[in-house]
Amino acid sequence: MHAKVHVQCTINNEPAEFLCEPRQSLLECLRDVLGLTGTKEGCNDGNCGACTVMFDGRIVTSCLVLGVEAQGRSITTVEGIARGSQLHPLQQAFLENAALQCGICTPGFLVAAKALLDQEPNPSEERIRLFLANNLCRCTGYDKIIRAVQQCAREANA
Amino acid sequence: MSATYNVIGTRPVRHDGADKVTGRAIYGADVQLAGLLHGYVLRSPHAHARIKRLDTSKAESFPGVHAIVTADDFPQTPERIVDLGEGDTPLSYVRGNLLAKGKVLYRGHAVAAVAAVNAHVAEEAAHLIEVEYEPLPCVLTAPDAMKEDAPRLHADPNVSAHIRHVKGDGEAAFKDAAVIVEREFHTATVHQGYIEPHAATALWNNDGRVLVWCSTQGSFVVRDVVSCVLDLPVSQVKVTPTEIGGGFGGKIPVYLEPVAALLSRKAGRPVKIVMTRQAVFEATGPTPGSYIKVKIGADKDGKFIAAQAYMAYEAGAYPGAMVGPGTMCVFAAYEIPHIAIDGYDVCVNKPSTAAYRAPGATNAAFATETVVDEIAEKLGIDPIELRLRNAAKEGTRRADGPKYRRIGCVEVLEAMKNHPHYKMPLAGPNRGRGVAIGFWFNVGLPSACTLAVNADGTVNLVEGSTDIGGTRTSIAMQAAEVLGIHAEQVLPSVADTDSVGFTGVTGGSRTTFATGMAAHDAAHDVVRQMKERAAKLWETGVDQVAHANGVYSSGDKSITFAELAARIGETGGPVVGRATVNPRGAGGSFAGNIVDVEVDPETGKVTILRFTAVQDAGKAIHPSYVEGQMQGGSVQGIGWALNEEYYMSPSGAMMNASLLDYRMPTALDLPMIDTCIVEVPNPGHPFGVRGVGEANIVPPPAAIANAIYHATGARLRRLPMNPPAVYEAIRITEDSTGRS
Repeated sequence: MHAKVHVQCTINNEPAEFLCEPRQSLLECLRDVLGLTGTKEGCNDGNCGACTVMFDGRIVTSCLVLGVEAQGRSITTVEGIARGSQLHPLQQAFLENAALQCGICTPGFLVAAKALLDQEPNPSEERIRLFLANNLCRCTGYDKIIRAVQQCAREANA
Repeated sequence: MSATYNVIGTRPVRHDGADKVTGRAIYGADVQLAGLLHGYVLRSPHAHARIKRLDTSKAESFPGVHAIVTADDFPQTPERIVDLGEGDTPLSYVRGNLLAKGKVLYRGHAVAAVAAVNAHVAEEAAHLIEVEYEPLPCVLTAPDAMKEDAPRLHADPNVSAHIRHVKGDGEAAFKDAAVIVEREFHTATVHQGYIEPHAATALWNNDGRVLVWCSTQGSFVVRDVVSCVLDLPVSQVKVTPTEIGGGFGGKIPVYLEPVAALLSRKAGRPVKIVMTRQAVFEATGPTPGSYIKVKIGADKDGKFIAAQAYMAYEAGAYPGAMVGPGTMCVFAAYEIPHIAIDGYDVCVNKPSTAAYRAPGATNAAFATETVVDEIAEKLGIDPIELRLRNAAKEGTRRADGPKYRRIGCVEVLEAMKNHPHYKMPLAGPNRGRGVAIGFWFNVGLPSACTLAVNADGTVNLVEGSTDIGGTRTSIAMQAAEVLGIHAEQVLPSVADTDSVGFTGVTGGSRTTFATGMAAHDAAHDVVRQMKERAAKLWETGVDQVAHANGVYSSGDKSITFAELAARIGETGGPVVGRATVNPRGAGGSFAGNIVDVEVDPETGKVTILRFTAVQDAGKAIHPSYVEGQMQGGSVQGIGWALNEEYYMSPSGAMMNASLLDYRMPTALDLPMIDTCIVEVPNPGHPFGVRGVGEANIVPPPAAIANAIYHATGARLRRLPMNPPAVYEAIRITEDSTGRS
């Protein structure tokens, strides 16, 4: 086993540091080292999107990023989306539209959808579907997720 | 005349919503305990092999390893038959699937497990376990496994059951038919595909009790399995269900919990095991692949005269395919005087199959509804009209015995016929429209519920149904309706097995129906007690107190539920309502689809242009989550129809055991899924509820196959209807018809 590496980064707008083995993924570091279990593991090979986080302004599947790669970077997880005690409008829209059933994919969808709306405030349905195609949901058939994102965009632009 | 409700039929935000959009909700893999060790399960690389030697010594001495277990660590209790929520099973089969003994029966079969300081160390150590296998020939499909000389999985024959249902005459009845269509169908093995892998944590405590935290559809099933295979009284096992990241039937079986418990006993510390996605595919869940032959005869007016079905379903490694329900559903949508159905439960070298949303019914409907479409075409009758002429209704007797009470088959078909989607013509080349319907009977099973009144006018609701899709809310709403308070004033909790009465699995579309009924009954118990409290306040007889919409009154006096709740301390102390139910009369649900597709003749790719799901909900408690069930089930059915399959090598290895290669539908593959809720109240439930979780997955493969036919002229009778299959079917059709 290799010696652990000291990593300093920013997580959800606060300075963070942790020790990790070189083989540990960012997902493992978030969940097992830092206790941020809101980010979920669905496949551990980058195909389900449940572990999606923002990584220096890009969305990544955190299971495919090593913990040591977080050095000096800024990471936003689902725990960092709400504005204090106020839910983010996307979170609110997901609740109002019943856009979650079991909820395991929800953190990844919220991070990805937020990234989309931050870049493109008024995406088409097709664009939302393309952007969220990296995130699998097995419960909803996506209909209500798409509608929640559309509603959030509509209200933000109103 | 439908009743008017204050809460039922509204769309409140779900009670666990904030936890689930902020990442605070704790799922199976999120459990953390002091001193937690991590487990890894070593799995068979062979589909069928004898274990000649198993040596754990190298792994035991690997730094960081705390415990290793194999099948020999189970108490060697004598063989007996156990009922663990899904029917009678020999105990040896239950134990054998947890950790293989003597033989492995499928690739991915658990052989040993390691607990170590972290999951990486556990995995490394597990691969130091030496297992010497003697590979045996494997058999992978039901028709092959039924052959005389097929390799045998168990001492018993591969065909573990033959089910036969007969109504009226057999073959002779077909002589009066003007048209007879008989076709063969194949469906691939598919997986439930929940996004959360199985996860379990167990602590064999120093007082001898086994404590389990896990993601499951039924905490009491887990308790019973753990108690059974570890030979402990049920009272020595406590199961705390975490949030559950999808199940669809696949989280009813138990895979990890007893193994984690054995590891914990050896290590003296809690042990958590989380499955890899590959293990989820290779060792859990799938629903049976099947071979089905269906024959239906109709008179010239389209009235079905006789029907036959032959159904062979893959059970996987152990008996118990969902062929039983398949035989009950294959002709369940129709009034047919003469029926003969044969179903075969067949062991093959694949993972032991589990329920998957209306288990067995989707395979069956793919066959029946495709044959019905052909009959409609041959007779020149509109396919919905043909179904209406034959639709099952109250009093229809199914071939397997039961006579329907009030059902909504006709109403679902009428709603399809009158839907704007069906009325709008579909234009354009390579486009076609298909319809199909499906049935699932739903189940009752026991549920328990308690309601404790708080002094601030709210009520704490405790129930035992793990919440996969918003059922805390659909249950709480039924209590709120009775109590005359808002949905938000009922605070639901899903309790552990020490804290609530025995409750069956979240499955069989039963939770809103049965646990909801328990909440309804418990709320009436609260109303009864609150009337007593009002009577005490007013020094009058209980029979003088009336209750309506949360207001208790007697003569000119009245008091609201909240005001009375504030005074329960002075009128006798806490008020706790309770109820237990074990209802019959679950009331089956019918679902129907209208689907428009466009087929690319160059590639065979099918695009869903428009999809409408219609379903009888009896009474929709929370319409958004009813729609959600319909949409989710429809899309699982679309995936089953078009893409999903276990792609097996001849030696029994699943070649696509990842979410990249096992391709489930993404957002980009789909249009919006329109929904139409039909409400034909179920006489077996106080609010008329019918479970809606399952019937919606039944019609899509047939509806899509019919749509592909109307788009291309090619009939597909094998799932999945992926691009190569559709391309090939179009080519063959063109060759045989001379079209080019």
